[in-house]
Amino acid sequence: MNPPPFPDTAEQEPVFSDMRDGDSDEGEDIFLGSSKTGAESPSVPQLNIKAETTDLFAEQASSTAPTVGLGTGGSSNGVQSDDDNDLFSDAHVELPTENASSSTPSGPRPAATFIPGTADMQTKSMEQLEEEEAKDTFDVDVAVTNPEKVGQFTPIHFSLHNVSHYQSSTIKFNLYLCFNNVLNNAIIPFHHYNWKLYLFLSAGDGMHAFMAYRVSTKSTLPVFRNKEFSVKRRFSDFLGLYEKLSIKQSLQGCIIPSPPEKSVVGMTKVKVGKDDSSSVEFVERRRAALERYLQRIVAHSVLLQDPDVREFLERDELPRAVNTQALSGAGFLKMINKASDAVNKMTIKMNESDTWFEDKFQEVENEEQQLRKLHIVVDSLVNHRKELCGNTAVFAKSMAMLGNSEDNTALSRALSQLAEVEDKMEQLHHDQAASDFFILAELLADYVRLLGTVRGCFGQRMRAWQRWQEAQSTLQRKREAEAKLLWANKPDKLQQAKEDITEWESRVTQYERDFDRISVTVRKEVLQFEKEKAKDFKFQIYKYLETMLQSQQRLIKFWEAFLPEAKAIA
Amino acid sequence: SLVQLACNSSKTRSVSVDLNNDTALIIDIPDALCERDKVKFTVHTKTTLSSFQKPDFSVPRQHEDFIWLHDTLVETEEYAGLIIPPAPPKPDFESPREKMHKLGEGEATMTKEEYTKMKQELEAEYLAVFKKTVQVHEVFLQRLSSHPILSKDRNFHIFLEYDQDLTVRRKNAKEMFGGFFKNMVKTADEVIISGIKEVDDFFEQEKTFLLDYYSKIKDSTIKAEKMTRSHKNVADDYIHISATLSSISADDSTAIKKHFEKLADLFEKLRKVEGRVASDQELKLTELLRYYMRDIQAAKDLLYRRARALADYENSNKALDKARLKSRDIPQAEEQQQLCLQKFDKLSESGKRELTSFKGRRVVAFRKNLIEMAELEIKHAKVMLTMIYRCLFDNAYAIMKLALNVVTSRPFP
Repeated sequence: MNPPPFPDTAEQEPVFSDMRDGDSDEGEDIFLGSSKTGAESPSVPQLNIKAETTDLFAEQASSTAPTVGLGTGGSSNGVQSDDDNDLFSDAHVELPTENASSSTPSGPRPAATFIPGTADMQTKSMEQLEEEEAKDTFDVDVAVTNPEKVGQFTPIHFSLHNVSHYQSSTIKFNLYLCFNNVLNNAIIPFHHYNWKLYLFLSAGDGMHAFMAYRVSTKSTLPVFRNKEFSVKRRFSDFLGLYEKLSIKQSLQGCIIPSPPEKSVVGMTKVKVGKDDSSSVEFVERRRAALERYLQRIVAHSVLLQDPDVREFLERDELPRAVNTQALSGAGFLKMINKASDAVNKMTIKMNESDTWFEDKFQEVENEEQQLRKLHIVVDSLVNHRKELCGNTAVFAKSMAMLGNSEDNTALSRALSQLAEVEDKMEQLHHDQAASDFFILAELLADYVRLLGTVRGCFGQRMRAWQRWQEAQSTLQRKREAEAKLLWANKPDKLQQAKEDITEWESRVTQYERDFDRISVTVRKEVLQFEKEKAKDFKFQIYKYLETMLQSQQRLIKFWEAFLPEAKAIA
Repeated sequence: SLVQLACNSSKTRSVSVDLNNDTALIIDIPDALCERDKVKFTVHTKTTLSSFQKPDFSVPRQHEDFIWLHDTLVETEEYAGLIIPPAPPKPDFESPREKMHKLGEGEATMTKEEYTKMKQELEAEYLAVFKKTVQVHEVFLQRLSSHPILSKDRNFHIFLEYDQDLTVRRKNAKEMFGGFFKNMVKTADEVIISGIKEVDDFFEQEKTFLLDYYSKIKDSTIKAEKMTRSHKNVADDYIHISATLSSISADDSTAIKKHFEKLADLFEKLRKVEGRVASDQELKLTELLRYYMRDIQAAKDLLYRRARALADYENSNKALDKARLKSRDIPQAEEQQQLCLQKFDKLSESGKRELTSFKGRRVVAFRKNLIEMAELEIKHAKVMLTMIYRCLFDNAYAIMKLALNVVTSRPFP
């Protein structure tokens, strides 16, 4: 499915006049609603700012979706003049003009980006905002766009071997086929008339088809050659980057965002050339996930400085990443679980004066479980809404038929109009389902994975501690051995023993330092992660709520247009 | 479980129109009782007619009593030229009952709060089914009471007045008629109607129209039902989402907590409205289509009866010709032919009247319900819009800051 369309600003007419509609029928006075922030008189601000907020919604709605862009994301939007942008006023999201639909549901934006200050300003005091503004503003924006199939349908030579009794001949054909790079050679049974033929397919040397994505970066950081640049990358490149980063950084306790998972089924359909909606949806889902993956990486101060990351963003031709098998979804999960199992299975319990790590780990585990549950429930919503979408379409067609059948002219027209309204409702449900999925469901899926990664970091810290403890007990043993030797008076072995002790002493020191360092890193990373998570969720929730707003606004428009038609029946 | 219901006047509730216009005979079902699966309706009559013993009285009736009444009317030869109002469908609590069962099975997997909410939703659904069945039984009686001829039917009066159990009477009636005519109508099918050579343009057109319209409206009814069910599923999902968000925010101590809380609260509010959207859609749209589908079937039945009368007439003509040829039994044949012709003419005349007023009634009912549905959709959407706005802009300070930002277009100092 396609991501939600961005609203055209003409539609932004919020129905303010009815906000004060007490509507006792609904059983609750809206103004007595759940406002938990005590001292608030809802009616006053609403009345006073009526005029402004109308515009506000128009701008806000158009600006939160980065695609709308083509300019409105820029300076004309008063709301952009947010605290965060003071220092980095020329940083803004790359707006792909060709493919407007492709980057609407973008993920977390690095702090220094564009609007919507609205989301940010909600719950912060002025002091808090200033504080945030001073830290973690990275002037790098990445976008992943324009998925396109690369590579031609490879001309394949294949032989037909006739295995009938009478003849044995081979016929060579040229056939254009496209297949995924797992099937390099295939034998396909093929029946032709009475002959049993076998096709031997062998790959030509040439490109196989794959999906390439354009990765565009905009940055004023001096470490990059240019201010704006883009490269073409394929999925395995993203996986390769993750592998490199994992090897280097994860041992330090860094939380490394993980890329989306491999999917043979999904990609095969795309490669074979199926252009149906599920293929389109798959590609869009992957593109959005890759974008979020990169955005999270560049939002991370340590990772951004990694040369592999810069190379990934900048270098024109990247050597093919091979052996990305380990990074399939199942492999990744296994890795994570192994790491966190280490925490649970520890025989010697860490005696920590500071229970922070223990508590935090528990929190992380709980949250992961909860988000997983929430993800399941949101998934159910997505499916039901898609169902509703389908059923509405079917109903619309049926209603159109009924309208044709109706012999009263005015009623016939009204029924046809009703069919049209239901058609529009189908589109509405479709768009809302896309929002449900791309904004909420994917957010939750991302964080379930990320929390798994966090758990893994705790596991690494555990392992560092274990190493240190083991080294200490080894040192202890060496010392005891030395003592024994002393007592047994074997001077030649004694030298070795002393050397051993020195070596292990330094190891103990080393490992203790490692452990301390990883503890510091993990703590810092987790706090940073939580901050990012809060921002991310807040942003996505607001984005989601806006799509719900738009849905209701559209709905009202549709039915208000229908009402006179219904009244015209005579 | 026992569910008692006090109903309001049906005028605002029903999909049908032109009811209870005649103040000489006013019927309603002010309350009903549901025991297990048996529904007991209290049928209340207020009348100025002398043919009744009292001016104001009530009797308890079951669904089967309504069916008996409908069938006897259908079987009455005299009413062959009338559209007999369709029989109310049997009360069907299958859907909410099944869902209640599933809910019970899944109780362990959800929080107490979630379970309570789901149960509430199901009880509301149960109640909605109940209200619907009361309404549809009531409308049936009111159609009869508003009909100039049917309102005078003796069995109708017995139904309204007889203060004993009708069960015995019902059994006798069944034995007498054996459901003969009804079965015939059912198995007769469009084939017979289509096969007859039509003499009258009006009926030719009606036949084509009704046959086509019936299949279309039946299709629409089924599809509307599916659509409404999906809608209910979405509303139910909101319950689960709200509950899960609540429990997450309860455990959370970070900045997200507030957002989750607000979102949980919003979903809880929204699901009630979405549920109402679904049930309003069901009442105004699905029920409308369903009712007129049955009404059109009743109109088709009338056409069928007329077609049979035409066939009888044509047969009697053939018999008369044969008699004339054989010079035997001519007077009987002539008499028979005359009878058939009279019957046919009467049916045609009455049928034409009935079908014309049916048209008008249908158009008016559609108009009323489509308007109401559109108005309700708009109303509910506006309520939801307000709720979402509130959620987005809960903080007055934030609103002011926003407003100031927009006006001054400068970063906040």
